[in-house]
Amino acid sequence: MKKVAVVGVGQTKFSGPQDKTQVELFAEAATEAIAESNLKPKNIKALFLGNALGDFEEGQGMLASYAAENIGCMYVPANRYEGACASASMAVRDAFMWVASGYYDIVLAGGIERAATMGTGMATRTFAMFSDSRYEFPSGITFPGVFAMLTYLYSKTYNVPIQKLRERMAKVSIQSYRHGSVNPRAQFFGKNADMTVEKVLGSFMVCTPLTLHDCCPFSDGAAAVILASEEVSKKLTSKPVYITGTGQSSCGPLINQKDFLPRIRSREISSQQAYKMAGRKPEDIDLCELHDCFSIASLIASESLGFFEYGKAGEAWEKGEAEIGGKVSINPSGGLKAKGHPIGATGAGQVYEVARQLRGEVESENQVPDAKIGMTDTLGGDCATIVNIILERGW
Amino acid sequence: MEQKLYFKDYNEALKQNKLLGLKCRACGTITVPPKMACRQCGSPDMEVTEVKTDGKIITFTTIFVGAEGRESEVPYTVVIVELEEGPWLMGNLEGIDPKAVSIELIGKKVKMSTKVFPGDKYSAGETARPVFSLVN
Repeated sequence: MKKVAVVGVGQTKFSGPQDKTQVELFAEAATEAIAESNLKPKNIKALFLGNALGDFEEGQGMLASYAAENIGCMYVPANRYEGACASASMAVRDAFMWVASGYYDIVLAGGIERAATMGTGMATRTFAMFSDSRYEFPSGITFPGVFAMLTYLYSKTYNVPIQKLRERMAKVSIQSYRHGSVNPRAQFFGKNADMTVEKVLGSFMVCTPLTLHDCCPFSDGAAAVILASEEVSKKLTSKPVYITGTGQSSCGPLINQKDFLPRIRSREISSQQAYKMAGRKPEDIDLCELHDCFSIASLIASESLGFFEYGKAGEAWEKGEAEIGGKVSINPSGGLKAKGHPIGATGAGQVYEVARQLRGEVESENQVPDAKIGMTDTLGGDCATIVNIILERGW
Repeated sequence: MEQKLYFKDYNEALKQNKLLGLKCRACGTITVPPKMACRQCGSPDMEVTEVKTDGKIITFTTIFVGAEGRESEVPYTVVIVELEEGPWLMGNLEGIDPKAVSIELIGKKVKMSTKVFPGDKYSAGETARPVFSLVN
């Protein structure tokens, strides 16, 4: 396998409902990534694009081919990836595989979503399509509902009183809001830096016990990354960020994950694949952009990734161990909670953040000191698709 | 290969308050709802069996923001129930005040009946849904 580098990244601001089309959003992110890579669209050999719900957002299917043609990547293979909220990470991982194999030397990967444009009712309906349509959705389960049920299960399994757990979860949201408030491309840039436990617990109840401030927003946005072989990358940049490990795992409906929940077995398997490929351990990771679609999701993810003991992640957040410069800096970008969650683009947005962290290019308040090794973690559906990517400085 | 129990037959039985599952001839595990391979060992060598509907609540939530087309149903309580024979089933909890639920629900014994979700324009028809109530 060849070594593969991220040679350029681009991203739109993540936002609420806005007027640009999906193709226009992606073009903004992709052209930024292509320019940063000192490449031209004609150099791109293939496009791998995450997009979960474009059909419902604009009535647009087969988005990848339109997105490629729109930016001048003519007649290249253009594939859509759909794995709910993990779509873009699947696209980046497969792009990595194709470049590592030697078949392509330069691939554009990324994602687009206009989830916010759909509005809350339609977004709630379409996100629920990632639960089992025959055996779960008839109950009226929603996406936040899945993580609400995991919250009670977490409380019971690890014997953390629910009120204590909710306070710890609130502190996760508070940390994410603070980071997002200084990230200019975050949906909540300039907002919510003064969030308190009382405000989180007292906000609108979405589904017990999750309030509005426990939940990530619906978002519009796009992100793009250029992957190149080591040989090509050396000609393009003095700061190649190497992808040193990846993993992906899937499983079925939530009810069939009964032997492990609230542990996410597919995440344990996926992250172990990534650690093994990279020759790294959880304690080697300087920062992790992980899938905090809900505050409880941060705790669950950080435990399955091996950063904290099962049932103890809430305490770790309280002690500052997940803060910038802590044991592992978690979501210095603001994460899905504050940066936003345009689902089909989210994973590429995480790679964008980690690459810029390793290159020392983020706002000084959010910069992880001397960051050398970063990781992404993306979850799709009822914990049914997980992708992990480890990235390291190549200079 | 034919699946031993299809959604259609499972659904028709569920409407009659009868829960069908699949018993694995290799490991004995009961798989509900139906699928091609045993949820435990992956063997397709399973036979249709009627599954006992008694169980206990594993977890729950009361939903205040519903999907488009189901807004009028809120608030409602969703539960995961562990059936006596092992499998987990997702359904609703009725006969309680959904606004007054608490973590004390976990572990409570329930019995099952069913209602029908009539479906929406995306759902390819109606689907029976388990409805649980507390056993005193």
